[in-house]
Amino acid sequence: MLLCFVPSRMCAAGQWAAPPPSSAMSIPTSVLLQPEELNRLLQTPPAEKPLVEKPLVLQVGSRVLFAQAHIPRAEYAGPGMQDAGAQMLRNRVASLPRKTFIVIYCGCCPWNRCPNVGPAYKLLLDMGFTHVKVLYLADNFGADWVNKGFPVESAR
Amino acid sequence: MHAKAPRAASKTPRAAIALCNVFLVACLATSVTLATAQSAPPAQNLLNQQAPDFTRQELHGHALHLNAFRGKVVLLNFWATWCAPCQVEMPVFSAWQRQYGPQGFAIIGISMDDDAAAARKLVKRLKLDYPNALGDARLGLRYGGVLGLPLTFLIDRNGVVRARFQGETDVKVMEKQVRALLAER
Repeated sequence: MLLCFVPSRMCAAGQWAAPPPSSAMSIPTSVLLQPEELNRLLQTPPAEKPLVEKPLVLQVGSRVLFAQAHIPRAEYAGPGMQDAGAQMLRNRVASLPRKTFIVIYCGCCPWNRCPNVGPAYKLLLDMGFTHVKVLYLADNFGADWVNKGFPVESAR
Repeated sequence: MHAKAPRAASKTPRAAIALCNVFLVACLATSVTLATAQSAPPAQNLLNQQAPDFTRQELHGHALHLNAFRGKVVLLNFWATWCAPCQVEMPVFSAWQRQYGPQGFAIIGISMDDDAAAARKLVKRLKLDYPNALGDARLGLRYGGVLGLPLTFLIDRNGVVRARFQGETDVKVMEKQVRALLAER
């Protein structure tokens, strides 16, 4: 059976059905963090707002993209969609208190096509983390973070 | 109503000034924060510049040298196995290779996967009949940062980047530009 999830012109050709939409769409909007909000959180000096907790930022997408540019002090935690990536994420957070403020992001693809953030978010919830946010990148990390002038680092 | 307004105003100057001060400090803090945030340069899009040359090993072993395609219109497509929109475009590109190849059209695919085996598997499954190689961060940065997929460049017969398509793209628009570049001599 040929299922069609993306541009109908492709399906009309009858040659190819794209992979199904990813689970990024299943993430509740209440846990989404806009790029401006995260940047503000990360930039606020501790002296200004000593009670504001800085999040642990984890990139749960592609290593090649992470190596080119990532959010300062973010850590690479493996692609959420892959078993190896899930294991890497599990190992990274295993010993953390379940109240730790964690922000995950990917930005590999347009939000509704991202295959990584959904599984990573679910894994953290399943592990009992109670303060997890997901950075909402509508198009990708380049367009929604780098090109907006927010700070980045490259992997050394 | 009019009689009460001045009294209310006369009661509040200190509070109003204090509020203004808080507001000004907040604005200042915000502007400082934003100023420090503006440190990342926007990604270069390379339009109308010479396409950065590269040599990569094809997924099936042969050397792939961009400059060897000089004289042809080249569609350079960055993709990955986990990128759904990429997998919509790639079979279309394959069809274009067959259709426009005789007019001097060539496609080069660059997988941004970490793993060549997964990329090879997809190339085989999609029956792609154009060369594909594995990319890396260095190549991505030379192309202005491949920080979202799919990303496609159209390069003219002189090796100049003439178009850049990021994200889900209307392939009809892209095809129109391919035709236009093929028509240039």
